[in-house]
Amino acid sequence: MCHQTVSLVQAEIERAGVATVSISLLREVTAVLRPPRALWVPFPMGYPLGSPNRPDLQRRVIAAALALLGRDDVPVLEEFTQ
Amino acid sequence: MATYDDLRLIDRLFLKGYPFARYAADPVPCAPLRRPLGEARVALVTTAGLRDPGQENFDRRHKMGDPSFREISNEVVTQSLVESHRSHSFNRAGLAADRNLVFPLDRFRELEAGGAIGALNHRHFSFMGSIVGPRPVIQETAPEVARRLREDSVDAVLLTPV
Repeated sequence: MCHQTVSLVQAEIERAGVATVSISLLREVTAVLRPPRALWVPFPMGYPLGSPNRPDLQRRVIAAALALLGRDDVPVLEEFTQ
Repeated sequence: MATYDDLRLIDRLFLKGYPFARYAADPVPCAPLRRPLGEARVALVTTAGLRDPGQENFDRRHKMGDPSFREISNEVVTQSLVESHRSHSFNRAGLAADRNLVFPLDRFRELEAGGAIGALNHRHFSFMGSIVGPRPVIQETAPEVARRLREDSVDAVLLTPV
């Protein structure tokens, strides 16, 4: 249900004119909810940035997510590749 | 990797049967990034149920899910944030060890220091995402968060679930 809340809040922020990108752990749910931009990551529930105390991995996930901010071919649902 | 198959049977059946399509964005909104990231003001939004130790807890007994949010100051000590999510569908060990796993504020401070983003906003926002009746989110709390972000002249937002 976290993904639904993310998508609803994300859509509302985007409607207010602010560019958004979200991380998704459940591709099936995000594909249905169609937020403007999402990065699907192959990590367990509760681990959206990958791993605790792994700044290097967290940085790569963030960089991949932020790279989607320039996209206007919404909805964008990309996959994070390590 | 998280798929439906990793979830408890009861959660899986619930998600399979839940009418997510009813809440799909249609049409999908699109706000282009107004300036390069190196000049952009950035804010974080999480649905991990994080709050400042001094803030009121989320209502874990709310039948349809607590639609409220907490403002998280940009000055907060990231690891001091309290996790009070009611969901049982994720392992808390990672988040307990490192809040950046769900709310990567320290990583964004590094990006700000290095000039990869223009600035972090003075506040961020936290929901507790276990909301099965999202109407109050749609009608009240999400528009309010959007309004505050707009008021702060935020250019870009990263949202993270758990």
